[in-house]
Amino acid sequence: MLLFCEQLLNGLQLGVTLFLMSAGLTLVFGIMQVINLAHGSFYMIGAYVGATVALHSGSFLLAIFAALGASWLAGCLAEALILRHLYRRRHLDQVLATFGVILFCNEMTRIIWGRQPLFMDIPAALSGSVQILPGLPYPIYRLAVLAVGLAVAVLLWLIFTRTRIGMQVRAGAVNREMVAALGVNITLLYTLVFGCGAMLAGLAGLMAGPILAVEPGMGESILILTFVVIVIGGIGSVRGAFIGAVLVGLVDTLGRAFLPLLLRLLLSPATADSVAASLASMAIYIFMALVLVIKPKGLFPAHH
Amino acid sequence: MLEVAAINAGYGESQVLFGVSLRVAEGEVVTLLGRNGMGKSTTVRAILGLLPITAGSIAYQGQALQRLPSHRIARLGIGLVPEGRQIFANLTVRENLLATAANSRRAREPFTLETVFALFPRLAERLRHYGNQLSGGEQQMLAIGRALMINPSLLVLDEATEGLAPLIRREIWQALTTLKDRGLSILVIDKNIDALLAIADRHFLMEKGQVVWSGTSDELRRKPELKSRYLGLEQ
Ligand SMILES: Nc1ncnc2c1ncn2[C@@H]1O[C@H](COP(=O)(O)OP(=O)(O)OP(=O)(O)O)[C@@H](O)[C@H]1O
Ligand SMILES: [Mg+2]
Repeated sequence: MLLFCEQLLNGLQLGVTLFLMSAGLTLVFGIMQVINLAHGSFYMIGAYVGATVALHSGSFLLAIFAALGASWLAGCLAEALILRHLYRRRHLDQVLATFGVILFCNEMTRIIWGRQPLFMDIPAALSGSVQILPGLPYPIYRLAVLAVGLAVAVLLWLIFTRTRIGMQVRAGAVNREMVAALGVNITLLYTLVFGCGAMLAGLAGLMAGPILAVEPGMGESILILTFVVIVIGGIGSVRGAFIGAVLVGLVDTLGRAFLPLLLRLLLSPATADSVAASLASMAIYIFMALVLVIKPKGLFPAHH
Repeated sequence: MLEVAAINAGYGESQVLFGVSLRVAEGEVVTLLGRNGMGKSTTVRAILGLLPITAGSIAYQGQALQRLPSHRIARLGIGLVPEGRQIFANLTVRENLLATAANSRRAREPFTLETVFALFPRLAERLRHYGNQLSGGEQQMLAIGRALMINPSLLVLDEATEGLAPLIRREIWQALTTLKDRGLSILVIDKNIDALLAIADRHFLMEKGQVVWSGTSDELRRKPELKSRYLGLEQ
């Protein structure tokens, strides 16, 4: 039971990290119809800049601002210089071009930071654990990640439902020509949305810094999960991205933790472990396939 | 106020407009008439910058429009009610009205939700409904309200009452008359010639991408043969 609670929290924490990644990607995909494989690079940039600033200044707060600023800037630049020219191109062109951006960013980080992974300390104020249930200590930092992810989700929801910018973004997702014909500078709006999406990815990278190794190519492993999330959630829907992210986080984490235990009831321990290991790594894809069988456009398809 | 001078435009290889000229003066209601496929919507798209022109010029209050992006044209004061209404289906009525609302020309008595609802009381009852939950008539009222919320000095309506029930049509013509009395200039496309004769000052008749006749309502009334020849209507 305690193990289950712990794994549940771990799953939720992976879920909110995935949500930060997928919120931007699903918007870019849904509104601009562009497949951006380089989204993981903003995650990496956030992690690297955050880790470097934290190391040299010793201030995690400063690291947050630097990471957010750097990934936002990288996003705006990538949009204005590269992606804007891809909107009208075929998906294959977009995949090729943004794959090029991945290679560029990975190589650039190797040149600047070298091949060795960077390690980032948990900020002092967030180190240690708290007893969340009797007999179950849980790291404060991971709770903080969870809280930040949920806060961002609420903030995004407020922006989307309550502000005019949010309404314009939603309107642009179904009819961008009409939004422009009513006086909105949609090109600028897209650049802003893209930059903010990149910033959220950077935030996810920064928060993952103290938990995972900061290394070139770290964006790609999470990118695949992110695509699974937006396909499950329904492309273009932020609400779908949230639900999808939490589900994928839970399925992945709980699958890895409990499939071995379940299978041991049926099989010999050795076979159970190896079967469970491969099943667990496939779990989210199986889950995605199931969702798509029932709802081919994802759980919350954006209106089109 | 709006001066379209000898424009050409088309889609890819196929040219649709051949030297179209028309003008709308301050406070005037002007119509664009013609059978299906003659280039009325194409002219509207060219004015709004949604389609590039390949020759000629378009000016609004002395400012050239042909190089401007759509959003700049809209901000100069042209409000579009497009063909097919194009309501944002995933936004509520209220959000449709507010999302793009602006007063970039600093109109002294800007439109508000209240003034739009005074014009179309039905919309007030449907405030929280989504665009795709509205009837055709309500969608058209919403499209007009949405265009008014950017406080235009010229309202452009492509197919003002197409496919709507007679009662709803009357409501829309009534609203347009009210707007005319407020001093708004209007460029309107419709097939309902009697209603147009009653409200409009001047008419431009299009055939195959060209303006073949223009004149006042009185002149049009005196030439019933125009109706059958260019509009395919019985006299
Ligand atoms: N997107 C497009 N691509 C190619 N050709 C088009 C396109 N839109 C319109 N056309 C063609 O341009 C010509 C003029 O069309 P337009 O829509 O301007 O006519 P219209 O006068 O508005 O007609 P209606 O009364 O049916 O709305 C038609 O022959 C039409 O087939
Ligand atoms: Mg038309």
